[in-house]
Amino acid sequence: MSQTRTIKLDTLARLEGEGSLYVRFSGSHVSDVKLRIPEPPRLFEGILEGRSYDELPDIVARICGICPIAHQMASVHAVEQAFNVAIHPSVRALRRLFYCGEWIESHALHIYLLHAPDYLGYADVIGLARDHKPRVEAGLKLKKTGNDLMAVMGGREIHPVSACAGGFYRVPTVAELRKMREPLQEARDLAVETVRFVAGFEFPDFEQNYEFVALSHPDEYAINEGRVISSGGLDIAVEAYLDHFVERQVAHSHALHSAIRGRGSYLVGPLARFNLNFGRLPGSVRELANEAGVMPPCRNPFKGIVVRAIETVFACEESLRIIDEYEPPQAPCADFKPQAGVGQACTEAPRGLLFHRYEFDDSGTILSARIIPPTAQCLKRMEEDLYFLVGQMASLTTPELTHRCEQAIRNYDPCISCATHFLDVTVERD
Amino acid sequence: MKSENGQKPRIAIFKLASCDGCQLTLLDAEEELLSVLGAVDIGWFPEATPQVLKPPYDIGLVEGSITTHHDAEYIHQVRRQCDILIAIGACATSGGIQALRNFQDLGSTLRKVYATPASISALKMSTPVSDHVPVDFELRGCPISKAQLLDVLSAILTGRAPNIPTGSVCNDCKRRGNTCVLVARGIPCIGPATQAGCGGICPAWGRGCYGCFGPMESANTASLRDRLVGLGQSSAEITRTFRRFNAWTWPFREISEKAERGEITK
Repeated sequence: MSQTRTIKLDTLARLEGEGSLYVRFSGSHVSDVKLRIPEPPRLFEGILEGRSYDELPDIVARICGICPIAHQMASVHAVEQAFNVAIHPSVRALRRLFYCGEWIESHALHIYLLHAPDYLGYADVIGLARDHKPRVEAGLKLKKTGNDLMAVMGGREIHPVSACAGGFYRVPTVAELRKMREPLQEARDLAVETVRFVAGFEFPDFEQNYEFVALSHPDEYAINEGRVISSGGLDIAVEAYLDHFVERQVAHSHALHSAIRGRGSYLVGPLARFNLNFGRLPGSVRELANEAGVMPPCRNPFKGIVVRAIETVFACEESLRIIDEYEPPQAPCADFKPQAGVGQACTEAPRGLLFHRYEFDDSGTILSARIIPPTAQCLKRMEEDLYFLVGQMASLTTPELTHRCEQAIRNYDPCISCATHFLDVTVERD
Repeated sequence: MKSENGQKPRIAIFKLASCDGCQLTLLDAEEELLSVLGAVDIGWFPEATPQVLKPPYDIGLVEGSITTHHDAEYIHQVRRQCDILIAIGACATSGGIQALRNFQDLGSTLRKVYATPASISALKMSTPVSDHVPVDFELRGCPISKAQLLDVLSAILTGRAPNIPTGSVCNDCKRRGNTCVLVARGIPCIGPATQAGCGGICPAWGRGCYGCFGPMESANTASLRDRLVGLGQSSAEITRTFRRFNAWTWPFREISEKAERGEITK
């Protein structure tokens, strides 16, 4: 008779925000998995009510210090949809560039500071830097280029100040953007090195039959717009999001669990984007993926670190392309008037699909708000990964298994600050 | 700074209700990060490392505001563990954006938004760390400035006073060479009442300051409010203007509450 064991971690480290884990199992039979999100709710949707549409990008940025641009972009797209605002093609390109900065920074942060130590047997980046200093310095340089790009576009990297509905308060000059060319070219090379570095890691033999969900666009690797598609055949407009996805409040967590209506859990994030939109990546990036030995469909979540590095190469190349083709718009921001209505938008945050929905009155005052961040969408799937992982690897010692569980959670690059804020949404609609 | 036993100083970084952006600011100091990490021993910084050293810690940085019963007790434990305690960012120094709840009825908000509100532990107010325990230094900003964070850390490590200017954002604008958006373009801007530190970025982007570093020392908010009224801002707009990321800090709070009650002088 197998002994009942528990894995209990009160503070999961190297995550953005704080979480805790509890797993109870006997032999390969797992009886309980709980990923707790103890962070206090911040009631964003509640405090948005009564505010003006033009305050949205500043307020929603504060949901998350790691992906403020994701929230800013989703909110301005939602406002533009509600007020029927058409944006200038150059503004559209600049937003993509802005977002690429966040992808580069967030991916480099996660790869080097949070995730790589797991694969190489270090407790943290301090240990990693002791033995691999040039590599960590290269990673930090890559991260810095992402931050610098955001600062050029928005004044600062955390909670930048430039985005507004209709465009930007000010757009960069051609000369300002050109200054980013050289660092981005270097970053591109560093990102390619990163792909080769992480592709050499050892990956546990663990595959899951995920339903991948991501934005998809016919002409580009989707970031700011597209349709929501899935590997299970879903293909819907963003406006239909709430018809197909449901959330449930669960007792053990301060965050809700998302599911596809009638089916169950799903996966968003780099792995989902890569598998669903591989054909939209430039040939150079596809070749690199092939060289790294990670091709779609990739169902091993531990290889997410390689996909993140591949996306970082893409984000650098895409930034260079946008900068080279940039022509400033006549006006930084489109003219428009608020009108009563509902606006919804999805964008691809570094860690996956992000949904915003707002209802406005005719003066542009927010009547209701709803925000569904990627980490909340993945929580159910994360628990399922842990369930199967522990079942499959039950022969490991408890400390080894505990480490594997932590690594499996980090595969998702979870952003707990985002997930938590989400608690204050109206729920339980099945 | 050396600890009594000659070891490197021990630093701990705590998180309460917040967006993570202020502790991320440390990780965003890419060029300085490895030397900072080399100069101290990390005692508690779960975002960066699972390694834990037993308290006490020489320096504690705390991000976030107090919004739960748990955190209201936890902050006392944090205080006891740290020789020097520094509150970093608008949440820790003013209650942050989540202090907007302080102006609402939390009970009705919870009932409106939760399927089972009873399971949610939330205090009625979001309050700064200094409402609960003595704080040795407050670093303003939403988010904090990387340069100011590094200055405070090196000040403590070398035993000097921090060099954090307490003047207004107007000083930042002059240094940056910004044209004043309030004077030249009539754009509502609360930079004249807001503490410097951001570098005057909003005016550099052609918009008014929205006060993310909180009120400066001896801010003349009444005069600024009159100027905003002169620019055509309504009571509701003035309430919102002062009620953002440092809404609970006097005198921003005073102005927004007066404007909400309609007490505005022309």
